[in-house]
Amino acid sequence: MLVIELKDLDKSYGAVKALKGLSLKVPKGSIFGLLGPNGAGKTTTLRILCTLLAPDTGEVSVAGFNALTDPRSVRQSLGYVAQEVAIDKILTGRELLELQGDLYHLRFEEKEGRIEELISKLEMEEWIDRRCGTYSGGMRRRLDLASGLLHQPQLLVLDEPTVGLDIESRSTIWQLLRELNDKGTTVLLSSHYLEEVEALSNQLAIIDAGKVIAQGSPEDLKRQLGGDRVTLKVREFSDKNESEAVRDLLKNLDGVRQVVINNAQGFSLNLVVDDENVLPHLREKLDRANFKVFALSHSRPSLDDVYLQATGRTLLDAELDVASKRDVKLESKKAMR
Amino acid sequence: MASSSSLLSPVVGYKGSLSDQIQETLALTRRLFIQLRRRPSTLIAGILQPLIWLILFGALFTNAPDIFLPGGMEYGRFLGAGVIVFTAFSGALNAGLPVMFDREFGFLNRLLVAPLCSRNSIVFASIIYITALSLLQSLAIMATAFVLGYGWPGLTGLLIVLVTLLLLVFAVTALSLGLAFALPGHIELIAVIFVANLPLLFASTALAPISYMPAWLGWLAAINPLTFAIEPIRAAYAGPLDLHLVLLHAPYGDVSGYGCLSVLIGLTIGLFLMIRPLLNRKLA
Repeated sequence: MLVIELKDLDKSYGAVKALKGLSLKVPKGSIFGLLGPNGAGKTTTLRILCTLLAPDTGEVSVAGFNALTDPRSVRQSLGYVAQEVAIDKILTGRELLELQGDLYHLRFEEKEGRIEELISKLEMEEWIDRRCGTYSGGMRRRLDLASGLLHQPQLLVLDEPTVGLDIESRSTIWQLLRELNDKGTTVLLSSHYLEEVEALSNQLAIIDAGKVIAQGSPEDLKRQLGGDRVTLKVREFSDKNESEAVRDLLKNLDGVRQVVINNAQGFSLNLVVDDENVLPHLREKLDRANFKVFALSHSRPSLDDVYLQATGRTLLDAELDVASKRDVKLESKKAMR
Repeated sequence: MASSSSLLSPVVGYKGSLSDQIQETLALTRRLFIQLRRRPSTLIAGILQPLIWLILFGALFTNAPDIFLPGGMEYGRFLGAGVIVFTAFSGALNAGLPVMFDREFGFLNRLLVAPLCSRNSIVFASIIYITALSLLQSLAIMATAFVLGYGWPGLTGLLIVLVTLLLLVFAVTALSLGLAFALPGHIELIAVIFVANLPLLFASTALAPISYMPAWLGWLAAINPLTFAIEPIRAAYAGPLDLHLVLLHAPYGDVSGYGCLSVLIGLTIGLFLMIRPLLNRKLA
C-alpha cells in the first residue's frame, strides 16, 4: 500500500526548472530515503507533498488524499520537519510546542501529555523552558522534530534531518526515527548524506536534476548494478592522455566491465569488475606496460556508485558543481509566501 | 461544520468546528502577546512618542491669541484628539511588520503546513493583537491628556472614541497586512510606513483646522481618513456629542458625525475587500 504517490510533477521557479516530470511511490511503513545532491529538487518535492507549494503540473496523493484539492486532510496526516528550522526566538521551546498543539487542535490534556512525552523522549527537559533563541542547532532540530510529531502523524517528512548536527543529536534522531517506524509511522527523509540513507532507509529514490533516476531498496539497487568497484591511480596527478592510455589498456581485459575516467578526481580511473580475482591480472597488465600503481582500492558497490552509474558523476562532484552555480538567496526569496 | 459570517471567511475554505478555529486564533494571538511581554520596547515607544508630541506640540501655541482656534479652544485640548488618532493610526500601520518577519524567517510556513480550519486565523490574530495594543496606547494618551488638563470625553464620549478608533484601526490594519503580503520584504514595508506616516498627519485636521489651510491642503485634509476619525473624537471631548451635528466644514460640503463614521465604515469594508484576493493568493 502506498502512502505517497507523485505523478509527473513539473515545477519551475522562473526560468529554472526544479522538477521535470518527477514520479515517486512511497510504500506505507517504510523509511524512505530521498537521495540527491543539493539542488536536485528534493526540497521542492517535499514542499509540494506538504502542500506548501503547488506543482505546475502533475498529481500529488498523500495518505489517500489529493494534496491539490484536499490539502487540509494531507496536513492533518503528516508531520513536516523543514530543512531550515524556523522558530520564534522569543518563545520558549515549551511555548512553541503549545502553539503547535493548538494549531493541530489537540485537546488540553492530550496536548500536555504529548508534550511531556516528547520532552522526555527527546531529552529536552533541561532546556525546554529556555528561549529558543539560545538553542544550538541540535536542540532546534529536536524541538522541530517534537513539533512535527506532536499530533502523531502517520507520515513524518524530514528535509535533511541531521545536516550540520553533532554526533549525539544525530544518533538520538536516528534512534527515534527507527522507533517510530517500528510502531508503524512511515518516514520520508531527504538527504545528501549517503551514510544517512544507507543507515536508515529500507527504500530509496535517487533524484537528479528534477527527476527520479533510480528507485528501490538499497540492496536491490546495488545488486542491479552488479560487479565490484576498483579505483585506480597510476600517479598522484595523472593527465588526461595518460589516463586514456591506461583505460585503453584495461578496457578489454577479462573480467573488466567498464572503465570511466573521473576528471574531477585527478583523472583517476573508476572500474567495474566481476570480482576480486581480476585484480592480479590487472596489476600484471599494468606492470607489463610499465605503468606504476600509485593507488588502488577495491570495494563492493555503494549507493554513490548507483548515482555515478546513473548520472556519470559522483554525488560529491555534483555537490561541488551545484554549489558554485546556486543562488540560495534567490531560492529563499522564491520560496517566501 | 460551522460557517462564519465574517467579512474574511470566504477567502479560503472553512472547515472544522468553530471551537477549533477559536483555539488556533487564540494560540496565534497568545504568541504575539508573549512577544510583546518579553520585548515591550515597541509598546513603550508607542506610548512615549505621542506623549512627547502632546507635551511639546501642545505647549508650542500656548501663548497664541484667544481667537487662534474656533470658540477660543485651548490648543492642547484641540491637539489631544489628533494625537489619539495618530497613535492608533501609527500602531495599526505597523501591524504588517510581524507578519512580514514571519514570511521572511519562514515561520509562516510552519503555520501554513498545519491543518488550520481557516488561514484567516493568522489575519484575525494580528487584528486582535494590534487592536488591543492601539487601544491601550490611546487610553494612555487620553489619561495623560486628562492629567495635563485637556479634559476627558465622559462615558458616551468614550464610547464614540472607542468605536471611532476601532474602525480606523481595522481599516489601517487591513491595509498594513495587505502590504505585508504584497511587498517583497520588511525594508520596503518600513519605507512605505515611513513615507505614509507624517504626511498623513500633517494633511489632516490633527494639528490645525481646515479653515487655516490653503485651499489645496484643505481639500487633502477633507478627504484624509484621519480627519474623519479626528473630528468625532474632538467633538466628544468638547462636550455632550450629537452625531447629527456637522463636525467637518469641508470644501465639498458639510459632514456630520454620522457622516464621518460612515466614511470610516466604508473605508474598512473597502480595504478588507481589496486585500481579499491578495490573502487568497498568498494564504491559499
